[in-house]
Amino acid sequence: MAQTTSHAGQKYYVPQPMAWPILGSIALFLMALGGVFAMNSMSTGWIAFSSGVMLILFMLFRWFGAVIAESESGKYAAQEDLSFRWGMSWFIFSEVMFFAGFFGALYWARVQSVPDLASMLHSETLWPGFTEHWPSAGPGFTEKFTPMGAWGIPAINTLLLLSSGVTLTIAHHALKENHRGRLNLFLFLTVALGAVFIVLQGYEYSHAYSELNLKLSTGVYGSTFFMLTGFHGFHVTMGAIMLVVVLVRCMKGHFRPDHHFAFEAVAWYWHFVDVVWLGLFVLVYWL
Amino acid sequence: MSAVLDTHGHGDHEHGDHDHHGHGPTGLMRWITTTNHKDIGTMYLWFSFIMFLVGGVMALVIRAELFQPGLQLVQPEFFNQMTTMHGLIMVFGAIMPAFVGFANWLIPMQIGAPDMAFARMNNWSFWILPFAGALLVLSFFTPGGAPGVGWTLYAPLTIQMGMGMDLTIFAVHLLGMSSIMGSINIVTTILNMRAPGMTLMRMPLFCWTWLITGYLLIATMPVLAGAVTMTLTDRHFGTSFFNAAGGGDPVLYQHIFWFFGHPEVYIIALPAFGVISQVIPAFSRKPLFGYASMVYATSAIAILSFIVWAHHMYVTGLPIGTQLFFMYATILIAVPTGVKVFNWVATMWQGSLTFETPMLFALGFLFLFTLGGFSGLVLALAPVDIQLQETYYVVAHFHYVMVAGALFSAFSGVYFWLPKWTGKMYDETLGKWHFWLSMIFFNMIFFVQHFLGLAGMPRRIPDYNLMFETWNKISSIGAFGFGLTQLLLLYIVLKTIRSGEKAPQMPWEGADSLEWTHLPTPAPHHSFETPPVLK
Repeated sequence: MAQTTSHAGQKYYVPQPMAWPILGSIALFLMALGGVFAMNSMSTGWIAFSSGVMLILFMLFRWFGAVIAESESGKYAAQEDLSFRWGMSWFIFSEVMFFAGFFGALYWARVQSVPDLASMLHSETLWPGFTEHWPSAGPGFTEKFTPMGAWGIPAINTLLLLSSGVTLTIAHHALKENHRGRLNLFLFLTVALGAVFIVLQGYEYSHAYSELNLKLSTGVYGSTFFMLTGFHGFHVTMGAIMLVVVLVRCMKGHFRPDHHFAFEAVAWYWHFVDVVWLGLFVLVYWL
Repeated sequence: MSAVLDTHGHGDHEHGDHDHHGHGPTGLMRWITTTNHKDIGTMYLWFSFIMFLVGGVMALVIRAELFQPGLQLVQPEFFNQMTTMHGLIMVFGAIMPAFVGFANWLIPMQIGAPDMAFARMNNWSFWILPFAGALLVLSFFTPGGAPGVGWTLYAPLTIQMGMGMDLTIFAVHLLGMSSIMGSINIVTTILNMRAPGMTLMRMPLFCWTWLITGYLLIATMPVLAGAVTMTLTDRHFGTSFFNAAGGGDPVLYQHIFWFFGHPEVYIIALPAFGVISQVIPAFSRKPLFGYASMVYATSAIAILSFIVWAHHMYVTGLPIGTQLFFMYATILIAVPTGVKVFNWVATMWQGSLTFETPMLFALGFLFLFTLGGFSGLVLALAPVDIQLQETYYVVAHFHYVMVAGALFSAFSGVYFWLPKWTGKMYDETLGKWHFWLSMIFFNMIFFVQHFLGLAGMPRRIPDYNLMFETWNKISSIGAFGFGLTQLLLLYIVLKTIRSGEKAPQMPWEGADSLEWTHLPTPAPHHSFETPPVLK
């Protein structure tokens, strides 16, 4: 175990060699290869893909387990803590940029490509009769569909996510003041609000498919709608799983008022997901 | 700058040798499980060299086919696959990992840190790469072969390719993950692991360039991931991002791709600038001229790189105003780049110069990269670019930047730090041969391509008009010469490791960063277990 002195006089923790990363790489390889096979209608793909998923879940479980054990045994001091904070901040920044790409596609469809296809240049030649409107599934799309309204489930979901941000902040204050009962209660409420959000989002999707004829393949509106809300829903699911892990750790008595990076990291992530939702609500559902 | 640093910690680490902490696995498992930044740096460098040879062989297939007009050796589809894979492998497999290798080896030593901030994640960043490379290579063996769409993976062509395209998309995802994790690690290390007294403005410039490169990678790699994800869903899940019939637009792909793609150019170039900024002062025996202005220029380049992307797209029907904006923004980049070139030249001014191999490659870089910058200015002019788009002039331009810029800088860095890494000296005569042969053959390949491009020869086409034959012959001969010359590098490195003379503590008397002044040569397996004392 190579521990080294840091400037605060503590040891910066440099971990021992371990095999989790290579297992993670093999898992990613299996998922990629399996995914490609499955998408190209080769049934063996699913076997490779699901074994990849299981392997990566196992790897993440063990790797995070190791990190939690190290944290609880007091191996991380202030400098490691700051490293984790930087790392999480930059990770969230990369996620922001990922969503920015898809918001960019939405912007382009609404401001550039649909108006352009309806412009005189194209509507007189390639696509006669196509007029500019949003939501639009493009000139080649002939089926009728109903766009998703903003003031039903999406508005409720907005309330749910915003309240979950509040409950999470109350939980954080409780942790800092060492009120463990209040911490667990409000963290549980946060998870519950997140879970209801996911269920409602699932209901919204099934409603869209079965009654609104709104699908992933409904032109550029369906593409941007489902990709943006879908990736967001995936992130909410990830965030909820992370919250559950933190909740279990809280119930086990992990974290101290002055040492709870994992809690804060998950809280940052949850607020990030919240902010993305506000963007979605305004730009995808509402306007 | 580190001339003002105390050399107190000198020699403190003499016994911190390999076996001192040798409780870890040995043999192959050592490399698979390692958390040591030097081991991981070494793996990055070797991986990059192997990929460089793989991508190089593809380049030779291209040049062999273009040796004379007509179709001789390969089918057009295969030719397209070669140009695509050559580009992807060289950019993502060879050049980027090479500089991440340098970063791993050098940044902890240059800032006085015990290791990278996240040593295990560092291992994962590396070990994703061989699997991503395997996906790329596997695509050749799928029905329809590898994608033949060009390394930029433009829609709508990418929507039509076979299964190899899907493998490439996932390879890009994995490469992106690796880059993002690697960059988060590097940025965090630089921000949080510096020894006391190593303020940001005292860091060696190599660290500065990587700090900014890391930021660029974290900002743009996710955007590329989004772009290829849209391609994937357009291919298999019925979305219409790039399909006009569904209200989408193929040009959207180009915007998203180049929003990543142009910063990517600086992701490759900035660490190269960093290496050069270490090498030139060392062989001029003078501190770097204008250190602070170098930092600001690097930052300015990084910021500008986000608002110039559409200069790759002048022929997509951009409005005139947009073309003008991107043209002026692009030309503006010449200012901070000019500051850099000026500073390197001013560093040499009145220095006591010597011309060992690292310096030769640095000077080769300086001349040829500047030329590549000038042809970049030519291409930045929208009216000119409309003539030159998709010609060999573009090929010549970016190879001056990528090969004579990034690759020469990597060569310079390899010769410069080889004594520190291995504890042995390379063969100076052979090194000089490597430089001069590379220099001559490089210009033979690419200088003539300027003429071909100006005369109108299109890129990515396996056949050409008879009038282009002479220059193409010269270019192809140069390509084979350049390729063979690189085997010399392999020989030199292996010879150094096996039977090189023992390197002195300071093989380059002008070098002044911590890895030279505060650590023994070769660097011990674990360096700076106690932070160096700096004033």
